[in-house]
Amino acid sequence: MTQERFQPRAGSVDVVVIGAGHSGLAMSQYLSARSIEHVVLERGEVGNSWIRERWNSLKLLTPNWQSRLPGYPYSGPDPDGYMSMPDVVGFIKAYADHCRAPVVAGTEVTSVLSAGNRYRVDTGNGQWNARAVVIASGAFNLPSIPPISRDIPASIEQLSTRDYRCPGQLEQGGVLVVGASASGVQLAEEIHASGRPVTLAVGEHVRMPRLYRGKDIQYWMHVSGILDQRHNEVDDLNRVRNVASPQLVGTDDRRTLDLNRLSAQGVRLTGKLAAVRNGKAQFSGSLRNVVKLADLKMNRLLDTIDAWIADSAAREALGPAERFEPTRLPDLPCLGLDLNGEEIRTVLWATGFRPDYSWLHVPVVDRKGFIRHDGGVAASPGLYVMGLPFMRRRKSSFIHGAQDDAAELAAHLAGYLDRTGSGDLPRRRVV
Amino acid sequence: MSTEETVVDNGVNVGALLDAREGLTQAPEAAQFKWRASSEWVRGTHTESIVEGFFGLGEEQRHRSAFHYDTDHPELFASEDKGATPVEFLLVGLSGCLMAGIAAVAQHRGIQLRSVKASLEAGMDMQGILGIDSNVRNGFDNIRVRFDIDADASKEDIEALVAQSQKRSAAFDVLSNPTDIHVEVHKDG
Repeated sequence: MTQERFQPRAGSVDVVVIGAGHSGLAMSQYLSARSIEHVVLERGEVGNSWIRERWNSLKLLTPNWQSRLPGYPYSGPDPDGYMSMPDVVGFIKAYADHCRAPVVAGTEVTSVLSAGNRYRVDTGNGQWNARAVVIASGAFNLPSIPPISRDIPASIEQLSTRDYRCPGQLEQGGVLVVGASASGVQLAEEIHASGRPVTLAVGEHVRMPRLYRGKDIQYWMHVSGILDQRHNEVDDLNRVRNVASPQLVGTDDRRTLDLNRLSAQGVRLTGKLAAVRNGKAQFSGSLRNVVKLADLKMNRLLDTIDAWIADSAAREALGPAERFEPTRLPDLPCLGLDLNGEEIRTVLWATGFRPDYSWLHVPVVDRKGFIRHDGGVAASPGLYVMGLPFMRRRKSSFIHGAQDDAAELAAHLAGYLDRTGSGDLPRRRVV
Repeated sequence: MSTEETVVDNGVNVGALLDAREGLTQAPEAAQFKWRASSEWVRGTHTESIVEGFFGLGEEQRHRSAFHYDTDHPELFASEDKGATPVEFLLVGLSGCLMAGIAAVAQHRGIQLRSVKASLEAGMDMQGILGIDSNVRNGFDNIRVRFDIDADASKEDIEALVAQSQKRSAAFDVLSNPTDIHVEVHKDG
């Protein structure tokens, strides 16, 4: 059964939530629990970007038991597995039905601006007028492609992870994958296995084993409290908010995907793509240091986990502490590649995403295009944001991270509505 | 063991560095610096260079005094060896930059340094600059840096210190990444 399509007329409402992904729906659930009148505007269908803007083989980096939203735990047969994108969309849609979220689908927000003490939200389907707005439109809307992409010869096909679907869409021949986050290492492996030799340009990255002492690394980061670390407890918030996703892949065999594995498969590792000059790609000489940094950081994480296990009363049957082989590098790393030769046919930018706030006309966006906020409370009264990396906690951008953030921000938002009275416009029940 | 708080002092004013970082975040235009050197050829491969003024925080700045450097080539190249070779100066710049970074990061992380020594070695195939083989580059094949560090920290923490210093080093960046170089020429006299 699908839910009866909820299509109210645009008008005045207490709160507009922008985006019906996991963040927006979690917020909706807490607003409903407080009987706060709201709508959730969604440009496409629920969970739009998960299915339309990701590659075919992608699975979540978190195990199924961590795919949970407020009042809605994972209840399927495989808690240790990893959801495919259709699974994720099914899960989020089921949640929208479960909590009867007032989703207005097919409604793209084209502009938000402040009008007195209210916000005017323009959409392709009319104008909403709200006392508060929650931006839950995601942190990963636009591929972040460095300007050096313009210097790549025209004979080379370029695409980003948003447009990549499967190796078959690429020309035969070599592929330069730029970036060694989760996306970069997963696609390097998949494309190399298709017979297109991959060169992987590696900048700063985060190395992690999939399993540690017999359990998923996410389990250890969860139980040891690492994922609950608060945004006001870290030394350099700006840095942690911009860290690449860890080198993890969700597969049935729960294997570790690190640079050593890729090297063994024949993927060529180079330093960060530093420049393209006269058709020649130049790679940074910092490769040894970035892999050293990643190895050291991984070992610090494992030290933290071992210390937690040693202190924990729960004496579980665990494997012994392990340390993994340091990342191996070639004696003579490649520092330059002629892109006018036949070797490389495609450049795949796995250089991350950035949010798109081109529609947001409230002066809260900084010069780099990010919303200025304190733990999701934006620098404009009544404006909130959800689901950004390390927004309130390390887990903030994860599906399971939405719950605590939404609970706290809904409480803040309720306080704001109380303080600012019942508004200056006549109210209309929407639900 | 004494119970009094250990005071780490590596001679780095981390507070001032953090204040500068905060200030320059608010005023990115003040973060635009220009570093300068001026040089004059003496004879043969000998050149004298002076470093004195630079630009930063929106205005002209000066070192406490002018610093003079001679560069030359060794006698085995039939030169007079009045100073280190220019490429040796690059090694001096790299080690100075990494050392400064190590001291600052150690101070910030509460690590007392007792001794930090570095030795640097760069390989170079002279067939490049002599034009014997056009496939050989003029510059270094590689640079090896060895640090010997005595500090109040574990081996891993010391390794992390050195890694972080490389990550934040300007000279390391200049040597490991391409830099666009503009040279213009004026005819005098």
